[in-house]
Amino acid sequence: MLEGLLIGLQTAFSLQNLLMVIGGCLIGTFIGMLPGLGPMSIIAIMIPVAISMGDPSAALILLAGVYYGAIFGGSTSSILLNAPGVAGTVASSFDGYPMAKQGKAGKALTIAAIASFAGGTIGALLLMIFAPMLSSVALLFHSAEYFALMVVGLSAIAAFAGTGQVAKALMMTVLGLMMATVGEGALFNLPRFTMGIMDLQSGFGFITLAMAMFALPEALFLVLKPRVAKEGGEGEIKELRISREEAKAITPVIGRQSIQGFFIGVLPGAGATIASFLGYAVERNIAPKEEQEQFGKGAVKGLAAPETANNAACTGSFVPLLTLGIPGSGTTAILLGALIALNVTPGPRLMIDEPQVFWAVIMSMFIGNLVLLVLNLPLIPYIAKVLSVPRNYLIPFILFFTLMGAYIGQNNATELLILVGFGVCATALRFADYPLAPLLIGFILGGMLEDNFARSMQLYDGIAFIWERPMTLGLLVIAALLVLLPSYRARRARLRAQGVADGD
Amino acid sequence: MALDRWIALILLGICLTYGYAAWFTMDGSLAPFMRRNPIWPSTFPKLLSLFGIIASSIILLGFEKSEPKEADIDYRRLHEYKLGQAIILLALMVAYALLLRPAGFLLSTSGFLILGSFILGERKWHVMVPVSATATLIVWYLVQEVLGIYLRPLPGFIGG
Repeated sequence: MLEGLLIGLQTAFSLQNLLMVIGGCLIGTFIGMLPGLGPMSIIAIMIPVAISMGDPSAALILLAGVYYGAIFGGSTSSILLNAPGVAGTVASSFDGYPMAKQGKAGKALTIAAIASFAGGTIGALLLMIFAPMLSSVALLFHSAEYFALMVVGLSAIAAFAGTGQVAKALMMTVLGLMMATVGEGALFNLPRFTMGIMDLQSGFGFITLAMAMFALPEALFLVLKPRVAKEGGEGEIKELRISREEAKAITPVIGRQSIQGFFIGVLPGAGATIASFLGYAVERNIAPKEEQEQFGKGAVKGLAAPETANNAACTGSFVPLLTLGIPGSGTTAILLGALIALNVTPGPRLMIDEPQVFWAVIMSMFIGNLVLLVLNLPLIPYIAKVLSVPRNYLIPFILFFTLMGAYIGQNNATELLILVGFGVCATALRFADYPLAPLLIGFILGGMLEDNFARSMQLYDGIAFIWERPMTLGLLVIAALLVLLPSYRARRARLRAQGVADGD
Repeated sequence: MALDRWIALILLGICLTYGYAAWFTMDGSLAPFMRRNPIWPSTFPKLLSLFGIIASSIILLGFEKSEPKEADIDYRRLHEYKLGQAIILLALMVAYALLLRPAGFLLSTSGFLILGSFILGERKWHVMVPVSATATLIVWYLVQEVLGIYLRPLPGFIGG
């Protein structure tokens, strides 16, 4: 591990990679502040740039920097405008925005920055401890277990989608998997579902799909319904210091939420949004009575909790990506796609085959968090000016970058038409409340899922691997339970509610 | 019927078509030696089509009740939103896709940016034109020189 750490330090501290972290964090903060643009869109837009650099460590460092920069930027707009740029920072606005209204915007931003820094750093420490452990277990896995594990991951994403959403999330996952089968797979050297169209021979482009699923609908939503910026503490960001009592109050919160957030982030499908809401709820429940009433009215604890938790969860979501090669969220799925495009396959062998990538990413997380704290905090009053960029200029540029990303990725103008087509479909799906992240995760995992399925089928000459390998069976049972339990419980709750109504 | 169930109907259609292709058309062209394999190119798609049909039917038949929640944007009030602008912008994107090669990067991109902000209601030409032109040049320089991806700058007949 020490050797790995040194390799990581060496790679992360090269001039190029340092610039990548700083650049990534700044770009992420900058765009993350724009209300309505989430980290997935930002990362999707940055991918062509990262891929064309050719160096996997640098690319991953840049994208990871953009990722936590975006979360950090999102909390800034949550606090100042009550317009969260990112779902993971919605909970930050509960107490952050009241603080800003009371004229304590600077203080709120400092607390957010410190909480994010601590969450991210403690998360990275935990990642350093747990990723190698999980990785050594994962080395024992065969293709059958991999197949089962991916099924568990995909069903967990559907299960966490929320009440009444399980079937929709499942449908989107299957649709993504179906789209992954289009084109000539490596497995059979046979074009499938191309309908004789040459452009489909190589399958759908992953960047095009990522742009169409996230960046384009978000931009269209901005056009359809201009967000009216609410009154905020803008222009009066002063007094960044926090008092000793406040520091004392938030320290235990930060400690608890870093750990809780990290482990929630590790779970597939949970991620920063759930971690931040849960962190807020937990801290409110365990706070003393008189403090509980302060929550929602500008309590420092209520701001520190979600901020710590969402950053720790972002770091936690790297665990399954780096050790198993299975993304648990839309964002890490996009990162996985970028890595595959750079000929790096994340998984348990990553630590052995490409230790510089693995450790450099972890090291860069420490650097990135530091950059966010020391570079961004003093710059915030200036960066906040971004929030006033007129949308008349902003939207054409977002659309242009979306188009450009798809074009550079494939160098093919037909790709742009596919992008617009899919973008319209994705917008319609968003209108009807279908979650889009499962589609992309399914699409990216599709190839690997089928590969591992085919390999186990060949090894066992049929589906016997399901019952001959107890671990595979166990994992598949977990997957089935994950999907069935929420609907069963919802059904029971409904029946019970009906019973009560009848009794009345 | 609510929009999500209409979409489920379309998705069911897609799954049925996909399933038809997987179950009935794909295996015909399979080489005899591959037929002895336990897994065929159509095996995985066959499974997927089943899952897809089940999931879309559940949504279509409304087995899973969801609480109505306040959405960020509501399609029932679509006419109140700036739908026209969105559609014109989409058309502009299509036009950009078709013109990118023939008209060259510089012309089509600055045109796209200027028209884009015009559609959104910007009328300050003295800001729009310089901003768009500068941004186009910077992006072209970055993509062409820094990333090393060729973008034809000018229309073909000028010799770009």
